[in-house]
Amino acid sequence: MLKPRVIPSLMLKGNRLVKTVKYNGELYIGDPLNAIRIFNEKEVDELIVLDIQASIENRKPSIALIREIASECFMPLCYGGGITSIEDIDQILDSGVEKVAISTCAVENPQFIKTAAAAFGSQSIVISLDVRKEKDGRYEIYTRRGKKRTGWDASSFAQMAQNMGAGEIILNSIDMDGTLQGYDIDLIKSISSIVSIPVIASGGAGKLAHLREAISQGGASAVAVGSMFVLHGKLRAVLISYPSPQELGDITI
Amino acid sequence: MIVIVDYQSSGNPNSIKNMLKHIGLDSKISNTVSDIENADRLILPGIGAFDNGMNNLYRSGLIDLLTQRVIEKGIPVLGICLGMQLFTHKSEEGSIAGLGWIDAETVRFKFNAEMEKTSRIPHMGWNTVDIKHDSKLFKNIVDPRFYFAHSYHVAGVNEADVAATSFYGYEFVSSIIKENIIGVQFHPEKSHKYGMVLLKNFAEYF
Repeated sequence: MLKPRVIPSLMLKGNRLVKTVKYNGELYIGDPLNAIRIFNEKEVDELIVLDIQASIENRKPSIALIREIASECFMPLCYGGGITSIEDIDQILDSGVEKVAISTCAVENPQFIKTAAAAFGSQSIVISLDVRKEKDGRYEIYTRRGKKRTGWDASSFAQMAQNMGAGEIILNSIDMDGTLQGYDIDLIKSISSIVSIPVIASGGAGKLAHLREAISQGGASAVAVGSMFVLHGKLRAVLISYPSPQELGDITI
Repeated sequence: MIVIVDYQSSGNPNSIKNMLKHIGLDSKISNTVSDIENADRLILPGIGAFDNGMNNLYRSGLIDLLTQRVIEKGIPVLGICLGMQLFTHKSEEGSIAGLGWIDAETVRFKFNAEMEKTSRIPHMGWNTVDIKHDSKLFKNIVDPRFYFAHSYHVAGVNEADVAATSFYGYEFVSSIIKENIIGVQFHPEKSHKYGMVLLKNFAEYF
């Protein structure tokens, strides 16, 4: 049987690994290569690495670092951050990465999704959406690390992204990021029920029960996990962990 | 020397080379006639659409040479994902004939409405395999599980050539072995130790 993917999601700020809460207050986690080595040893299902600062600084993806990361990964790897052109994607995939996550560039220029999917195939093109729940209950997409409203409704954009050839959607809840309080199940449901491509739920995981909820109630195909796999206890000490196959055993699609 | 065939649809040959290197095996990503003539083993990777894959193979000018090495000389070949699908006669995904090295065809996952609710296409993630014939390809792999990412699968394979099956909505063929022709629908290069042992077995026993 197919097991839903449980995916550590790591945030880079340049060469440093960080973790945020609701996209604020970056806590330094450590050296990314060290963390990736540990996750590789733990045989994680897949890995997402996002440079959260690249787009804000208009910085290109760091190909040298991506190459180093990819050489440590014997599982699928998705890289995002600072992608603005087909050449960027070409270079990243050529570095030994399977998938690229496109966020700002896709939201600002949706046509780019189509061009990218045509050039590299849908299986390589993941759209990463940063979503905030508005006071009236609508889910709106933000860019620039939650700073810039886009006016895009999450579900209409997700549907369009699928039609343009996106292979997967990473659905980040800004409100739940780093809170360990559980995923926004309504948000996941609102997207997974209208697209047929896999939805990766992200933001809020604090315990295994949350992962189960995102899949069984939310309809997510996979779950991305940040704080829960890199921080430990009330003091938020850095400790890298990943559940054993036995612990994950009863989570199925 | 293992040669990983480099054509436009190779996808990510570096990750295969990377894993081979990690387990101490030399390999070369190449599309030159001399490298392929001298290879003692071949790997045919592949991602994307079937027709694209065949067109790119035609464009590489290597089809006759590959067929000669694999069919006449019996050089072991490992097809990965689309690479394995290209071994078949044809695919529902396109109209161009495949290599036809294996008497089979490639079809899309067909789900009824009930199955579609839970089983999305592509089939993407880690799945187990049931080994059908005692083959050295899966030797020393305990509780084998591998990473899959595909919408089409191989069907109509002679039972004797089915090496393993997996379950997604229904049972489908996830590995074939016909003498020196080996195919896997999953990605060993992205499957941790399970993939490492499988690639090692390919290099050692075929």
